[in-house]
Amino acid sequence: MRNGTAREEYQDQDHLVITAPRRGLTETNVRHTLPSMSLFNLKVDGRAHTVDVDPATPLLYVLSDDLELRGPKFGCGLGQCGACTVIVQGQAIRSCITPVSAVAETEITTLEGIGTIEKPHPLQQFFIEEQAAQCGFCLNGVIMTAKAFLDKNPRASEAQIQQAMSGVLCRCFTHVRMLRAINRARREMAR
Amino acid sequence: MSPVSPVNTMTPKSKAAAVPALAPDALAALRNAGFSRRVFLKGAGALIVSFSAGGMLGTALGQGRGRGGVVDPTIPNPAQLDSWLAIAADGSVTAYTGKVELGQGISTAQTQLVAEELCVPFDRVRLVYGDTSITPDQGVTSGSQSHPTNFNNAALARAGATARQALLRLASQQLGVAADQLTAANGVITAKTDPTKQVSYGQLLAGRKFELALDPNAKRKPFSEWTVLGTPARRADLPEMVTGKFEFVHNVRLPGMLHGRVVRPPAVGATVVSVDESSVANVPGLVKVVVKQNFVGVVARKPWQAIQAANQLKVTWTPGKGLPGHAGFYDYLRNQKPTRDTLYVDSKDVEQRLTQGTTVLKATYLHPYQMHGSLGSSCAVADVQGDKATIYSPTQGAWNQRSSSAMVLGLQPQNVRVIFRRGSGCYGCNGADTVTFDAALLSQAVAAPVRVQLTRKDEMAWGENYGLPFVMDERAALDAQGNIIAWDHEAWSAVLGGRPGNAAPGNVISGTLMGFAPGAFAARSPAPEPMQYDNGNNSIPSYCAGGVGGTSRGTGTIKSERSLLHNVASPFYTAPLRSPARLQNTFAHECFMDEMAARIKADPVAFRLRHLADPRLRDVVTAAARTARWDARPSPRPRNRRTGTVTGRGIACVLYEGDNGYSAMVAEIEVNQATGGIVVRRMVISNDSGPISNPDGLRNQIEGGALQGLSRALLEEVTWDQQEITSVDWQTYRSLPLGFSVPVIESVLLNHPEHEAMGAGETSITLVAAAIGNAIFDATGARIRQVPFTPERVKAALAQRA
Repeated sequence: MRNGTAREEYQDQDHLVITAPRRGLTETNVRHTLPSMSLFNLKVDGRAHTVDVDPATPLLYVLSDDLELRGPKFGCGLGQCGACTVIVQGQAIRSCITPVSAVAETEITTLEGIGTIEKPHPLQQFFIEEQAAQCGFCLNGVIMTAKAFLDKNPRASEAQIQQAMSGVLCRCFTHVRMLRAINRARREMAR
Repeated sequence: MSPVSPVNTMTPKSKAAAVPALAPDALAALRNAGFSRRVFLKGAGALIVSFSAGGMLGTALGQGRGRGGVVDPTIPNPAQLDSWLAIAADGSVTAYTGKVELGQGISTAQTQLVAEELCVPFDRVRLVYGDTSITPDQGVTSGSQSHPTNFNNAALARAGATARQALLRLASQQLGVAADQLTAANGVITAKTDPTKQVSYGQLLAGRKFELALDPNAKRKPFSEWTVLGTPARRADLPEMVTGKFEFVHNVRLPGMLHGRVVRPPAVGATVVSVDESSVANVPGLVKVVVKQNFVGVVARKPWQAIQAANQLKVTWTPGKGLPGHAGFYDYLRNQKPTRDTLYVDSKDVEQRLTQGTTVLKATYLHPYQMHGSLGSSCAVADVQGDKATIYSPTQGAWNQRSSSAMVLGLQPQNVRVIFRRGSGCYGCNGADTVTFDAALLSQAVAAPVRVQLTRKDEMAWGENYGLPFVMDERAALDAQGNIIAWDHEAWSAVLGGRPGNAAPGNVISGTLMGFAPGAFAARSPAPEPMQYDNGNNSIPSYCAGGVGGTSRGTGTIKSERSLLHNVASPFYTAPLRSPARLQNTFAHECFMDEMAARIKADPVAFRLRHLADPRLRDVVTAAARTARWDARPSPRPRNRRTGTVTGRGIACVLYEGDNGYSAMVAEIEVNQATGGIVVRRMVISNDSGPISNPDGLRNQIEGGALQGLSRALLEEVTWDQQEITSVDWQTYRSLPLGFSVPVIESVLLNHPEHEAMGAGETSITLVAAAIGNAIFDATGARIRQVPFTPERVKAALAQRA
C-alpha cells in the first residue's frame, strides 16, 4: 500500500468473507507521515463517543484501547482470521484493517452490543448451550460473522452457513460445536 | 460476573485497588487461608513455614520441581492444606491451584474435583490459579499432566480429602457424634441418626484456617459416591466470553499503561549494528526507543503510535547467518553433526533378526516444523517499578516465568510476581513467554506499565518456538506366519531452546536477543544404554515389548526391538507443540504397522490386536473399530477405481507417552484422485484416561485435538528462504477455517474409575496423521509418508502406484 491510500484501500473491506487479502496489506508497510489527531464521533452499541485519534488508526485499537471494549480482538491485523469483527450497517467488517475515519458517524455493533449475560442473543445462548469454546479468543469473530450473515439470510442452509464462515479461524478447532450452535441459533432466529 | 467465575478473571482498574480486585468473599477466604494482605499488595511475604520445599514439590505434586531445593517463603507451601483450600465464614470455598486454564477446560474439572471432595455445590467453589504469590507452584501446565497431577491421590485432590476429613473431625467434636456417624452434603455436616444435629462448614471454621498438613492417608471420596465429578459440568467462563466481558491478558489495562512493540531482525542470526533514534523523532506519542544488545523495542502512549514507531525505526543489522535449504532440509537433518543420541530400547539382536524374516520392510517418514499458530498473537502486560515487578502473562509456567523474568530484569525472584491471565490458546510454547520478557524489559526501561502485543509476523516468524521436525526410518521383519519378529526405529530431529525454564530466558527469541544464550546443545554419541523404560516420546512402537533393565513395560509383544533418536541443532527455536515428538513418532509407527499388514494381506485391526499385549490398548482399538463398524479386510479396498473419487478407512492407536492416556481412531475419508484433495467424512475416537472427570470437557478436547490434527496433517508446514521464515500469516501458513467440510466426530469414552487419572489433551491429535495416511492407502493403494498431505504430495503418491 502506498502512503496515504490506507483509507481508500480499507473502505472496500466491507464484505464478511475475505478470501484473499491483498498481499502487501500489512502493518509493516503502512506508512504515514506525521499523523495528526482528529476528533471522531462514534456510535458504538448505542452509545456515543468522541475520540481524538489519528484518522488512520484501525477501528480495532479505538474500540479495544480508547473505549476498552473486550469483544473485538487483535488476531492478525491483516483481515485474515476474523477475531476483530464488528458489524457496521449490517455488514461484518474486520476492524483491524478499517480506519476509524471510515466508520465515523455510523452505527457500530460489537459483541457486547448484541446481548448480555442476563439477556443473551440466541447465538450467545446456543454457544453456551453447546459449550462451544475452548480458549474463547475467536468467539467474537465467529459469533459476529454468523450474526451478520444470519440477519440477512435467516433461512440459510447448513452448507450456506459453513460457506459464510469460511473466512473465520478457530485454532482450538472447536468447529463441530460452533457450527452446531450457529445452526441451532438460526432456527431460533428464524422463528 | 457469573457467580462461579474464577477470581483470576479480574484485573485491578485502579492502582490503589491493585490486587484486591478480588471479590470480598474471596479476599476474606484468602486471608483465612493465611495470606496476609501484604501478599496481595506486594506479591511477597506470605507467612508460611516451609520445609524442604524441593522435596515436597517433587513428591506432593508429582510434576512440580523444586527450585534448586531452595526454600522460598514467597510461594505457598504445597505441603500445607491452607495453601490449597480456604473456607469463608459464609461457607464459600476458595481453591488455589497451579494448573491454569488455557482453554482446555481444566479449571472446570478442578472446580468439580473440589466440590466433590468437599461435598459442596459446584457453584460454591471459586478457583484461583496461576498467581505466583498466592497459588502453589505446580510447575508448568503442560504435557497432559494436570489431570494426573491433581486428580490422583496428591496435590489438589489430596487437599480436598484432607479438608473433608478435618471438617468431619471438627464436627464430631462439636456435635458429640462419632465421625463415621456423620454425613456431609451441601456444605453441612449432619448426624446420620439424628438430622437435627448439624453444623455448617462456615460455622465449624468460623473464618479460621485449617493449619494442617496434607494427609497422605486421607481417603478420597469413592467413585460410587460421586455426584459432581463424572458428570458434564458447564464452563464457568463461557457466559463472559460470548458476551465480550471476559478479560484476556490482551484486555488487561493498568493506570498509566503504555504500549510497546518489538523490532525483530530481518534475518535469522542478524545482529544490531546501529539504531537511528532520529528516524522516529516525528512519531507522535513516542516515549522511548529501547535497545539492549540485539533486542530493539519502542514504547508509545497508544498502540497505533507504537506500531508506527516500530515500522519507521531505522535499524541497521548485520547480514543473517544463512539457512539450510527448505527443499533439502530432511537430508540436512539426517546428516547434521554433532548429534545427541538417545536409545530408548535395544534388545541387541535387531540387526540379526532383521535378516531372519520371511518378509522385511523399511520405510522413511517425514514430518515438518509446525506452528502453535495461536489465533491471537501473544500479549503481556508488565509493571516494573524499581526493584519490584508485577507481570500479567499468558505463560503456561508462571513460576518459571517469574524466575526467568527476574534474570531479564536483574531483580530478585521474590520481588517478581507473575499473574497468569489467559491468552489465545497456546497448545504449547507459543509466543507467551517471549512476549512476557518483551513487556518486562520495556516496562523497566520506562518505569511504567507496558502492554506488548506481537504482530502476526512477529508471532509466527519470531515469537514462537516451533514443533519438532522429524525424519523417521522404520524397519521390520515378519516370519512366515505373519508375526513381526523385529522392529527398528531410528529418528532424527532438530532442537533449539525450549521453554524458558527456571533459568533460561535465552530459550526463546527475546531472551536470546537480550543477551541470554539458549540452552547449550549437548552432543552425545553413541547413546548410553537405556537405564529405565521411558516411552514419554512414544519412540517405542506400541507393538514392542519395551524391554529395559530386565523387565518389559511396553504394550506389545515384539521382543527384538530398538529405538534410537539423534537430535541435532535446529536453525529455528523449538519447543513442545501439542503432542511433541509423540505425534511424529506415532505417525511413523502406525503407518508402518499398516504397511506391514497390507504386505501380508492382513486386516489392520486384527494385525494390531495380534501384536498388542496391553488389555486397555486392545480395548480402545476394539471399541473404535466396533463403533465405526469396521469393515474387516486387508487394505487397499478391493474394487476401488484408480480414477475419480474413492473412499477408504484407516486406524491408528496409542498409549500416549507410554503411560498417559489410551486412544484409537478410525478415519473415513474420500480422495479425489484428479485433484489430490482429501475430505475426511467421519472420525471415530475411543479414549480411556482412567476416571472421567468431566465427560463434556473430555469430548471437547478429543474433538478439538482431532481437527487440529487434521489441519496439521493436511495443511500445516513452516517454510523459509535463505534468510528468514516465510510462513508469516494465515496465507503463508494455512489452517482449516471454520467453513471447511467438518467431519462427523464420534467420541467413545471408556470410563475406568478404578485406574489412575491420565491426560486427555493430546491423545486424539496424536493419531490423526497416521489414521488419515492409512485411509488414503486404503482408498487408493498409494502410501504417503510426508506430512502435510497436500494435494501435490497426494498426486505424486498416486502417480507412484505400481
